[in-house]
Amino acid sequence: MQAALDKNYFELFGLPESFSLDLTEVTRRYRELQQQLHPDRFASAPDQQRRLSVQMAALVNEAFQTLKDPVRRGRYLLGLKGIDTGEESDTAMNPAFLMEQMELRESLESVRDSDNALAELGVLETGVADAFDARISRLQACLDESGKEDLKMARETVRELQFLQKIRAEIEQIEEELV
Amino acid sequence: MALLQISEPGQSTSPHEHRLAVGIDLGTTNSLVATVRSGTADTLADSNGEHLLPSVVRYRADAEPVVGRDALAAAASDPLNTIASVKRLMGRGVADIRHLGETLPYEFVAGESQMPRIHTATGDRSPVEISAEILKVLKQRAESTLGGELTGAVITVPAYFDDAQRQATKDAARLAGLHVFRLLNEPTAAAVAYGLDQKPEGVYAIYDLGGGTFDISILRLNRGVFEVMSTAGDSALGGDDMDHVVASWMMQQAGIGGDASRGELRALAREGRRVKEALTESDVVSIELDQGTPPWRGELTRDEFNKLIDPLIDRTLVPCKRALRDAGIKANEIDGIVLVGGSTRVRRVRQRVESFFGKPPLANIDPDRVVAIGAALQADVLAGNKSQEEMLLLDITPLSLGIEIMGGMTEKIIPRNSTIPIAKAQDFTTFKDGQTAMSIHVVQGEREMVDDCRSLARFELRGIPPMAAGAARIRVTYQVDADGLLSVIAREQASGVEAHVEVKPSYGLTDNEIETMLKDSFAHAREDMDARNLREQQVDADRLIESVTAALAADGEELLDDAERKTILTALTNLEAARQGSDLQAIKQAISATDAATQEFAARRMDAGMRKALTGHTLDEFTSGK
Repeated sequence: MQAALDKNYFELFGLPESFSLDLTEVTRRYRELQQQLHPDRFASAPDQQRRLSVQMAALVNEAFQTLKDPVRRGRYLLGLKGIDTGEESDTAMNPAFLMEQMELRESLESVRDSDNALAELGVLETGVADAFDARISRLQACLDESGKEDLKMARETVRELQFLQKIRAEIEQIEEELV
Repeated sequence: MALLQISEPGQSTSPHEHRLAVGIDLGTTNSLVATVRSGTADTLADSNGEHLLPSVVRYRADAEPVVGRDALAAAASDPLNTIASVKRLMGRGVADIRHLGETLPYEFVAGESQMPRIHTATGDRSPVEISAEILKVLKQRAESTLGGELTGAVITVPAYFDDAQRQATKDAARLAGLHVFRLLNEPTAAAVAYGLDQKPEGVYAIYDLGGGTFDISILRLNRGVFEVMSTAGDSALGGDDMDHVVASWMMQQAGIGGDASRGELRALAREGRRVKEALTESDVVSIELDQGTPPWRGELTRDEFNKLIDPLIDRTLVPCKRALRDAGIKANEIDGIVLVGGSTRVRRVRQRVESFFGKPPLANIDPDRVVAIGAALQADVLAGNKSQEEMLLLDITPLSLGIEIMGGMTEKIIPRNSTIPIAKAQDFTTFKDGQTAMSIHVVQGEREMVDDCRSLARFELRGIPPMAAGAARIRVTYQVDADGLLSVIAREQASGVEAHVEVKPSYGLTDNEIETMLKDSFAHAREDMDARNLREQQVDADRLIESVTAALAADGEELLDDAERKTILTALTNLEAARQGSDLQAIKQAISATDAATQEFAARRMDAGMRKALTGHTLDEFTSGK
C-alpha cells in the first residue's frame, strides 16, 4: 500500500502529468476512486483496513482538491519538477506586477466609501478575472506546450496567481458586506 | 473454489444473510429508530404504537431511569430529575452551559472533567450518560421488534456539530452498547431518504430546523454520490426557542415575573409549544394561564406569532447565505429545497424559506422521521445488506480546525467545508535555543484569535533533542475520519519523537470516565463484564473471519501466491479454533495474528480496487458510451 500512498496525484488518478486537464474527467475519476476507497466501504472491515481506507480516501480528497484548482495544480506540478514556488519565503516580485497590485488595493480601499460601490467593485472584479485568466493561459503554455516550456516563467506566474486569488477573495468579502 | 469452504459449519459467511442494522435520529426533542425491512425503510414503534420517543430522561431514586413520554409527563412536577433537550448540552463546557443557563431548570455541578453534570436523585449525570439512556431504549425497541442483536447503527448528528459534540454522541452510543457504523450528518440523511440521488444531477439545499439546532447544507447529487458542498448552522437555535419566545410573550401579557418557579417555567414553555403547534392549523389560538394573579385569559394570532418568531427565522437565513457563498452558488441556482425537523412545520418558516430560495420546498416525507429513515438506508448499506455500489456519501468538516501559534493567534490547518476523510500536515519549529518540549493547542472555529475559537485539546510533544531555535522541524498532522472526528499527531522529524492524541479531553469524557461508567452500568444491569468482553471479542473475530474469507474468495487466487495464501489460511484456522473456545486472551491474540497476516493482502486489494476504479471507467466509456 505504501506504493499507492507514495504515488503522485496524477498517478493516483491515472492521468498524465500535465497542466491541461479535463475537469469532468478528473471529477469522474475522483468519484470512482472514492467508491472503492471510502471508509464506508469498510464499515465492517477490521480496524487495520479501516485505517488504510481513511488514509487512502484522505489522499484522494487532497489530490482532487489540488488537481481541480488551476493555481494549486500549477504549484504542485512545479513541485514535481523540483521547483518550489516559495510564496512564503521568497517575497521578491516583478516590480511592474507589484505596482499593479498596489493600485488595485488602493482602488479597493476607496471603493467602500463610494456611492456606487457595487458597480465599481464589479469593474475591479472583471479586471482581476481577466488578469487571472490571462495568467492561466500563460501557465498552460509554459508548462504544457512542447518547445515552449519555461519553468521560471511558470513559477513567476503561479506566484502572481496567488496574489490575484487573494484579491479576488477580498473583493468577494467586500461585496458580501455591501449586499 | 476450495477457498469458499473453509468456514466451520454454522459459521455464517453467506453474503445474503440479512444483518440487523438501524438508523437512529438522536434528536433534541424526540428520538427515533428506523430500519430497512424488505427493501423499505421505516421507523419502529414502541408497544403503544408510538414512533417518536421524547428525548426526556427522568431519574428516580433506587429505580431504573424512565425515558420518553412518561418522563415528559413528569417534567413539570419533578423538574430537577427530569432532563429534556439534553442534546443541547452534548460536548458543551461549563461556560457554554452558563449561556443556556437561564432557560435550563437544572442543577449543574462541576465534574471530574470539564464536562458539566446534572445533579439528580441518583447522583450526578453527564449529558453523555443521559443520552445513552435514550439510545438504550431505542436499541431495546429495535432488538425486540426485529428479534435479534443489532450489528450496528448509524447515528445522526447536526452537520454543524463540532468535534466535541460528535465525540460526545459517539461516547453515548458506546455507553449504550451500540456499534456505531458511522455518525451521519442529519441533512445528508434527509437527502438519502428523499432518494435525491436517483434524480438527474442537481444541487439541493437541506434546511433543517429541529428542536434545538439549525443546519443548512448544500449538496450536489450525481448518480448515487452525495457530495456535501458546504454546511453552516447554529447549534443553539431551534423550535424550543420559539416556545420560549411565546412563553415570554405570555408571561409579559399575564404579568408573570421572573420569580416563577422552575416547574412553572417548564409549564409555560410547554404551553408555548402547544400554542405554536396549534397555530399551524388555526389562525388564532386561545390561551388560559393559571399561574398569573389573577389567572390570565388571552389569545395569540398567527400574525402576531409570526412577528414574534421572525427574528429567529432571520437568524437561520444568515447561515443560509454563508453556505451558499461557501458552495459558490446563488440561491436561485438551487434545484430543490428539502425541509427537515419538526420546526419546519411552522407555516412562517416555510413561507420565509420559499421566498429566500425562490421555490417551494419539498416536504412530502414526515419531517420528524426523514432523518431516521435516511440513516436506516445508510445503515443497511454499511451492514452489507445492499450493494455497495449504489450510494456514496461524501461529508465535510463544518468548522475549520487549527492550532494555536504565537500571540494567541490561530493557524488553520484544515479549512471548513473540506471533504472528509482528510489529513493535512504543517511544519512548526522551536522558538528558543535548546527547547525540548512543545505545547500543542488544538482549536476549532473560524476566528483569528484562539480565545474566540473552541478549544478541543492540549497536549505536549516532549523529548525534542536540544537544538538552536528554529532548527527543529515539528510536523503536526491533523486527520479527520469519516465520522468527522479528529486525531492529531505531532512528530519531530529528525529524532522521530512522536506524540499522538485522539482529540477529546477538553469538553468530553476521559476514557477512564467512560470505562468507569461502562462498569457501573454493567454492574447495575447485573451483567457479567467478562462475559460481555468475551462476547465482543467473539463478534470481532466473526467479523474478521467473514471479511478475510470473503476477500480470499474474491481475490485470493489473483493477488497471493501459494505460500502467502497458506499463511493467511493458517492464521484463519487458528482464529476459528480460538473463536470456538472461551479464552478471551487467546481470541485477542488470534485476531492480532490474523490482522498481521493479512495486512499486505489488504493493501494489495485496495491497490487493485483503485486500478479497477480507473480501468473500469475506461471500459465504461467503451461499453455504455457514458
